[in-house]
Amino acid sequence: MTKKQRKFSDRKEKKTEVKMGEFKVHRVRFFDYMPTAIRAMAFNSRTERLALARADGALEIFNFADNYFQEKVIPGQDGRAVEALCWVGQRLFSAGLNGEITEYDLENLRPRYTVEAYGGPIWTISSNSHGTLLAVGCEDGTVKMFEILEERIQFQRNLDRQKGRIISLSWHPSGTLIAAGMMDMIRIFDAETGRATHRLLVERGVGASKSKEVVVWSIVFLSDHTIVSGDSAGKVQIWDGVTGTLVRTHLVTKWDVLALSVSKDESSLVAGTSEGTVVQFQFISSTVDQQDKEWVRTRTFKNHSHDVRALAHTETAVVSGGMDTQLVVRPLLEKVEKNTQESALRKMTLPHRSLVCCAKKAGLLLFQFPDHLELWRLGESDGHGKPGDSLPVKRKPEKLIQLKRKGEDHICCSALSPCGGWLAYSTVTSFRLYRLQNNNISVTKVSKLPKDLRWAHQLCFSPDSSKLFASSSHSSVIVIALNQPECKYLHTLKPKSGSRQPVHLLFASEDGKWLATANADCEIHVYNLDKLKLHCTVPVYSSCPTAIAIHPTTSNLVAVHADQQIFEFSLVQKEYTEWSRKLQKQGLHSLWLERDTPITRVAFNPKNPAHIILHDMFMFCIIDQSLPLPEAKTPFYNQITLRSLPEPQRLVHSHAFKICKNFQHLMCVSLLEDHSLVVVERPLLNIMSQLPAPVRQKKFAT
Amino acid sequence: MVEHGDIRVVHRGGSKLNFREPVITHDSRYLLCASGECVKVFSTSTEECIHDLRGHTGLVTGVLLKPSNHLQVYSCSADGTVRLWDYTDGILIKTYVIGYPVYSICASANHEGVIFIVTPMLSDKRSDLFQLVAVDLPQSGDQLVEARELSAVLSDVSSNPAAIVFGRGGEYIASANGLHLEVYFFKKQKSYRFSLKEDNKKGGKNTLTCVACHPKDDCIATGHEDGKIRLWRNFNHKKEYTYSTLHWHHSAVSSLCFTPEGTNLLSGGMESVLVQWRYNQESERDFLPRLGSAITHITVSPDGALFCTSHSDNKITIIQSCVKVSAVIQGLVKGESVRTDMMVDPRSKSLVLNGKPGHLQFYSLQRDKLLYNLDIVQQEYIHESGLEQFEVVKAAFDASGSWLATVEERKTKDAELELNLKLWAFDEQTQSFVLNTTISAPHEARITAMCFCHATDSQTTMLVSTSKDGHFKAWQLAAPAHTEADEGPSWSCDFVGAYHGLVPECCCFSADGSLLAVSFQEVVTVWSPASWELLTTLSQPPKAVRDLCFGRLSCSKYLLGTTANDLLCCWNLLTCSLEWSTSMDISLLLADPLTENMAAFCCQAGSTDLFVFKPSEPRPVFSQKAVCSGKVTRAVFAPREEMLESCEESSQWLNHSQLYFLTPYMDLVTFTTKAEEDRLMASSKQLIIDDSVAMTPFYLLLGKHRQQEEADPVSSLSAERRPLPQCSVAIKELLQTPAHVLPSTSFLCSMFVQSLLISVTDGREETKHAEEEMESEKEEDDSEGEMESSTQRQDQALLGGQAAPALTKAQHRELRRVKKLDHSWFTRLLHS
Repeated sequence: MTKKQRKFSDRKEKKTEVKMGEFKVHRVRFFDYMPTAIRAMAFNSRTERLALARADGALEIFNFADNYFQEKVIPGQDGRAVEALCWVGQRLFSAGLNGEITEYDLENLRPRYTVEAYGGPIWTISSNSHGTLLAVGCEDGTVKMFEILEERIQFQRNLDRQKGRIISLSWHPSGTLIAAGMMDMIRIFDAETGRATHRLLVERGVGASKSKEVVVWSIVFLSDHTIVSGDSAGKVQIWDGVTGTLVRTHLVTKWDVLALSVSKDESSLVAGTSEGTVVQFQFISSTVDQQDKEWVRTRTFKNHSHDVRALAHTETAVVSGGMDTQLVVRPLLEKVEKNTQESALRKMTLPHRSLVCCAKKAGLLLFQFPDHLELWRLGESDGHGKPGDSLPVKRKPEKLIQLKRKGEDHICCSALSPCGGWLAYSTVTSFRLYRLQNNNISVTKVSKLPKDLRWAHQLCFSPDSSKLFASSSHSSVIVIALNQPECKYLHTLKPKSGSRQPVHLLFASEDGKWLATANADCEIHVYNLDKLKLHCTVPVYSSCPTAIAIHPTTSNLVAVHADQQIFEFSLVQKEYTEWSRKLQKQGLHSLWLERDTPITRVAFNPKNPAHIILHDMFMFCIIDQSLPLPEAKTPFYNQITLRSLPEPQRLVHSHAFKICKNFQHLMCVSLLEDHSLVVVERPLLNIMSQLPAPVRQKKFAT
Repeated sequence: MVEHGDIRVVHRGGSKLNFREPVITHDSRYLLCASGECVKVFSTSTEECIHDLRGHTGLVTGVLLKPSNHLQVYSCSADGTVRLWDYTDGILIKTYVIGYPVYSICASANHEGVIFIVTPMLSDKRSDLFQLVAVDLPQSGDQLVEARELSAVLSDVSSNPAAIVFGRGGEYIASANGLHLEVYFFKKQKSYRFSLKEDNKKGGKNTLTCVACHPKDDCIATGHEDGKIRLWRNFNHKKEYTYSTLHWHHSAVSSLCFTPEGTNLLSGGMESVLVQWRYNQESERDFLPRLGSAITHITVSPDGALFCTSHSDNKITIIQSCVKVSAVIQGLVKGESVRTDMMVDPRSKSLVLNGKPGHLQFYSLQRDKLLYNLDIVQQEYIHESGLEQFEVVKAAFDASGSWLATVEERKTKDAELELNLKLWAFDEQTQSFVLNTTISAPHEARITAMCFCHATDSQTTMLVSTSKDGHFKAWQLAAPAHTEADEGPSWSCDFVGAYHGLVPECCCFSADGSLLAVSFQEVVTVWSPASWELLTTLSQPPKAVRDLCFGRLSCSKYLLGTTANDLLCCWNLLTCSLEWSTSMDISLLLADPLTENMAAFCCQAGSTDLFVFKPSEPRPVFSQKAVCSGKVTRAVFAPREEMLESCEESSQWLNHSQLYFLTPYMDLVTFTTKAEEDRLMASSKQLIIDDSVAMTPFYLLLGKHRQQEEADPVSSLSAERRPLPQCSVAIKELLQTPAHVLPSTSFLCSMFVQSLLISVTDGREETKHAEEEMESEKEEDDSEGEMESSTQRQDQALLGGQAAPALTKAQHRELRRVKKLDHSWFTRLLHS
C-alpha cells in the first residue's frame, strides 16, 4: 500500500481569483479513496429513507426527502457481506452470506443483534406487508420464517424444503403466498401451511448456456397474482401466479437480469442488468380507453458501466446502484415537474462527509480508509510564479504512517490534532488514541483511556490540541483533556432536547471557547467550553446541516444545510446575523440551489474576516460578505468575464460568491496556517479506472 | 412562348419510381407507383409495366387505394387535383379539383367519403408550412368535380408523406414534424403533442423522420435522424405517455411499416438492410441485407405476403415474406451527378450514362426500362463516406456501336491521380460489351474529352482523347505485333499531338471523319486524321473554347464553338474564316446526328433557355425560354424509332429525334408536341380493350370468332397489330379438315411449326444478313463479287422493310446453306 510515486503526486500551483486573493495551493491527488460496490438497497417509502449496503458490509442511509443527503453511515465489518436489506417499519434488517440476520441500531449506528438462521448462507430476506414476519431464503433450500417481536426476532418455522438454493423471495401483498426464485425454477408457497403450491420451470438460455443452470436472481409478486422474475439468462418473465403459467417473456439482455423493483402502485417495474442498463416495464393498456392492460417494455436507462445489483423504484424516480459504486437517481419525467431540481439526474459517488483531516499547524494530512489510516506530510516549494503556474516541488510529499486498525470492525471516524501530535480513531466497538512524536515518525498508543469513551461517532481536537471531543450516544459529547502521559475525562455535554440521533458534525472554535455539534435531527447545539455547558441551540431548520463552523474573530456560527441554504448565527447575540437575514430575504441564486452535492466543509480566511470558504464535490467557493449578494438575474459564474473587465468595472459586476471549478471531485479544501490552501482531489476517472472490467458488450463500429 | 404552345417540357421515361411509396393492390398482383406525371402499374410477378395511368399535368405526389373499393385508386398531384382511377383497366373515373397543390394523401375506412391531403398553408404564402386538410368528396356523377369542402385538421405538418399516418381503425392520426409528434383523436377532437429535446447529450439527433401506427394496438412507431426507433404508448395522456427505444440503424430511419396483423415492424434506412422487428419481442429481429442501396420507402401488401422497398437508386424491390427478393423494378439510376455525357447506344438506341457506382447503365427510353448495367470499374464498391473510389468519368461509342471507350479515375487526396482507359468490344454472342483493352495511365493528367471517329466508311476506328497534360492522343485498333492465336486485335497509341504546350479542352471529328478539331484554350486546331497534319488554326480570342461541334449533313462545312466569354462562333471550314458569331452564355452545345439541327442551352438569370438552330440559317428553328431552372449540363438527341410527320415548322426539329436533358435536380425531361401526346393518350386507351392476354397464335385462333362477331371498330384495331399467321394455309387446312381424315399428328406437327416460322422470317433474315455483312467485313480479302451480292441483298432487305415480299423457297434454302457454311478455316488462314 505504498503510494509514494504517483503520477500527479503533489502538484503545487499558484492561482488567483478575481478580487479574492491569491493562494498557494497544494493540489493533492494521492488520496486513493475507493468506494466499494453497492450490493443491496431497500427503500422505505414512509420515511423516504433509502438503505444501501456496500460490498464491505457498510450501510448508508440516504434521506430522499432532504436532497438525498447521506444521513447515516454504519461502518462495515470483516466477514459481513450483506446480500439483502429489508425495512420493517423503522427497523432495518439485513442478511448475508455469513448466514446471519442482523438488525441495526440506527441511533447508535451499529448492529443491534445478529441471529443465526442455521440454513447456510442467506441469499434473500423479505418481510410481509403487515411487518409481522420475516422470510429468509437459504442456501440449503429452506425458506425460514421469523417472527418480528418488539425487541428481537424469533424463528417460527421452515417452509417445505426444496432442492437447490433459494435466491430470491417475494411476498404476495396479502401475506398468504410467497414466491421463491431458485435454480431453474420458481416455487410458490402457501405462507400459512408452508406447502409449495406451484412449481414454475424457468427456461434456460440458448446456446452454450443451455447446460448451465439458470438462476432466478430476482422475483416480484404483484397483488393481481402476477409474478415477475428476472434470471441469469437475461429474461424478464411475466407469470400468472394463479395458474402457474408463463404469460410473456422479455429478453432484456445477453447477460443476467440481477434486480427487479416495482413501483408502489404496481404500474411500473424496473429491471437491472449486468450490462449496466435499467429496463423499465409499464403496465399499460394496449388500446386506448380499454381496461385490459399488459406489461410492455418501455424505456432503457444506461447510467452504469457495470452490473446493476440493486434497484429501488420510488414514487418519482428509479434508484440504481451496482458494481461501479455509484448511486444513481433517475427521475421519471412523467412523475416530476419538468426542469426542476427534482427532474435532474443525480449520481452520488463520494461520501457526504469528510474522510480527510488536516493538521493546520503541522502541514499533515490524515486519510481515513475503512481498514487503515494514512498520515502524509505535504510537499514544499519555494518557487514563485505567475497565477496559474505549477510550481516546482522542492520536497516531495511523504507518507509517514500507515496505521492498520485492530479488530473486525471498520473505522468509522478519525481525527488528527492541529499540532500533529495526536491521532485518534474509533470503530463501533473500540476507540484508540495515539501520540505522534519525533517529527511524526513514531507512534505510541495511549493505553489509559477514560472508561466512558468506548467508541465515538465523530471526533474533534481543540485548536490548541489540549482537548479531544468525541460524540457519543444520544447526541452527547465527551470532553477529554489530553495531557502527557494520560488523558482525563472532563465532562459529558448533553443537549437539552434529548435527541437520540447521532452527532455527525463537531466543530471547536479557534479561541477554544465554543463547541458546535450537529445531529441527524437537524439540531445544532453550541456549548460553552469554559463553563462546560450548553450555550444555545440554533433554531432548528428542516434540512440537515452538512457543514458548520464558528468564525474565529466574530464568533458567528455558519451552517450550511443539505438544501444548500446558508445561515450565519451570532453566538453572542444568539440570533441570526444581519447578513444571514439579508441572504434569506433576498434568497440564494437559483444556480447555487441547483447544485446536487452538499457543502462538506466551511472555513474562514484569517487574512480577511469577511471571507467564508466553502466547498462541495465540484467546486469551492469564497463568499465575500462585504460584497452585494447576487440578484436572480446576474450571471452567477462570472469569474472569467470579470477577469476580462478593466479594474474599475469589476467592482460593479462582482458579487459575493466567487466560485472556482479548477479543481474537480474535491474531498477536502482546507487552509493551512501559512495561508496556503490544501485541495484534496479524487478524480472520478481514477475511480472508474480501478474498477474491474465490465461484461463484454458489442459496441457499434468496433 | 406562345407561338410554340404545343411543345411542352415533360417527364417522359426515366422518371423517379422512388419519389413516393408504392402501393400493392389487394390481390398482390399489381404494384402502383407514382412516376413523374403518371402512375405506373407494374406486375408484381413479371416486373413489367402493364400500363400507365395518365392524366395529371403535374408531378404525382401520392397514390392510395380507395379504402371502400379496393379496385380503385386515388392519386394526388401538384397540379391541384385528386383523381380516382380503375387501375385494372386504367380508366380515369373521376377528377376532384382541389385548387391547391397536394403534397400527399391519406384516407381511412373509418372516414367514408373523406380524404385527407397535405397542402401548403392557405393563409400563408410561404411554402414551407403545410397543413393537413380533410376533403369531403362530393357525391356526383360528373367526371370533373370540384371539391370545395375543405376543413383543416392539423396545422404545421410535414410535407413528407411518411410523417402522417392513420392509427388503429382510423380513430386517430399521427403526424411527425421536426421534434414533435402530434396525435389527433377524431372522436374527442383533441390532439396531443409530444416533444423531444433538440439534441441529447450523446450527440444524437432526435428529429423525427417517419411514423407508423400499429394496426391493432395503440402504439405509434417513430423513426429518428440518429437511427433510433421509438415506440410510443399511452399517448392519450399529456404526461403519462411512455416510449421504448429500439436502436439498430446507424443513420436516419427513412421508413417504417407495420405488417397488416401488427406482428412485425419493418424499418429501413441508409444501410440498405430491411430490418424486421417482432412486435413486443423487439430483441428478436431479422435482417435482409445487401439490397443494393439505401431504402427510402417500405410497403407491405394487404395480405402481408409481399414486402416492397423503394431504393434511392430508383429501384423497387419486391420481397416475399422477408426472405427472398422476388422481383426488382429498376428505373433510371440516378446518382448525385452524371460525370459522363449522356449518350445513345447506336445499337440498342438506349440512353447510356453513369448508373450504379462504377457502372454504365443502358436505359431504353422507348420502353422506359433499364436494359442492363455494364460494370466498368469491376471493383467492389464500398459504401462509406469519404472513401475515394474509381468512378467512370468519360464514355464514348463509335458510330456503329461496336466499340465503347470508357475512362475511369480515382483521385485520393495525397496520392496521384489514377486513370484507366478501357475499350470494350461488342460481343454478338453474349450481346454485351466485353473488355478488349485496358490502358492504365493513358495520360498524365485528367482526360478532358474523348471521341471516336464517326466516319462509317473508314476502315479503321480511331479514338482521340485530350488531356490536361497538354497532349491529345489518337488510339487505333491494331493486330498484336506477335502472332498469338488466342489474342485478337487490341488498341494502341497511334499519334500524340500537342500545340504550343497549351492544354486541349475538347475535340470533335467531322461527320465524314476527315477532319479533327481540337481546341487548345482559345485556339481551335484542325487536323487531318489520315496524315496527322495540322491543317489550320482558328482562333477567337480572348477566352478559351468550351465546346466544339461540327455541323452535319448540309452544314458539314461549319464548325461551331462556344467560348468562355459567352460567344457562340461558327467557322466556315472552306474559307477558314468566321462565318458568324453571337453573344450568348451557352452551357451546352450539341448536334443532332440525324439532321442539321443544333441545340444550345443558355444559362440566363438562374434558368436555362433552349435554342435550336441550323448553322446555315440565321433564325433559330425553335427557341424556348426557361425550360428549367438552373444550369443544364447534360443533354442528348435520341433518335426516334419511327419518324414523326409533323408539318408545323416549330416542331419539325423533333421529327427525327427527341431531345432529352437532365435538370440540375437530376430529372430527365424531354420535349413533346401536342400531336405526340394525343397519340400516346390514344394508344393508352387502346390498351384498355387489349387486355393483357399474350398474343399467342392460339389466342388468335380462339379469338377469331369473337372478333368477327364484334363490331367493326374492334377489327380495325386488330389491323394495327402485326400480321400474324392466321392466314396461313397450313392452319386453315388443319382446322377445316375433319379430324378423321387428317394425317398423323407427328406429320402435322412439323408442318404446323413451319407455318409459324414463316411469319418471323423477315426479322430473322435481316439479322442474318447483318451477320453476314459483318463476316464479310472481317474477311477483307474475300472475292469482290460475293461482297457485292451480300450488300445487294442487304439493301433489298433494308429497303423492303415490312412491305417487302416474302422470300422465295429457293432463296430461303440458299440462306440456310450459307449460314451452315463453316468459315473457321478462313480465320485460320488469316492468322497463319
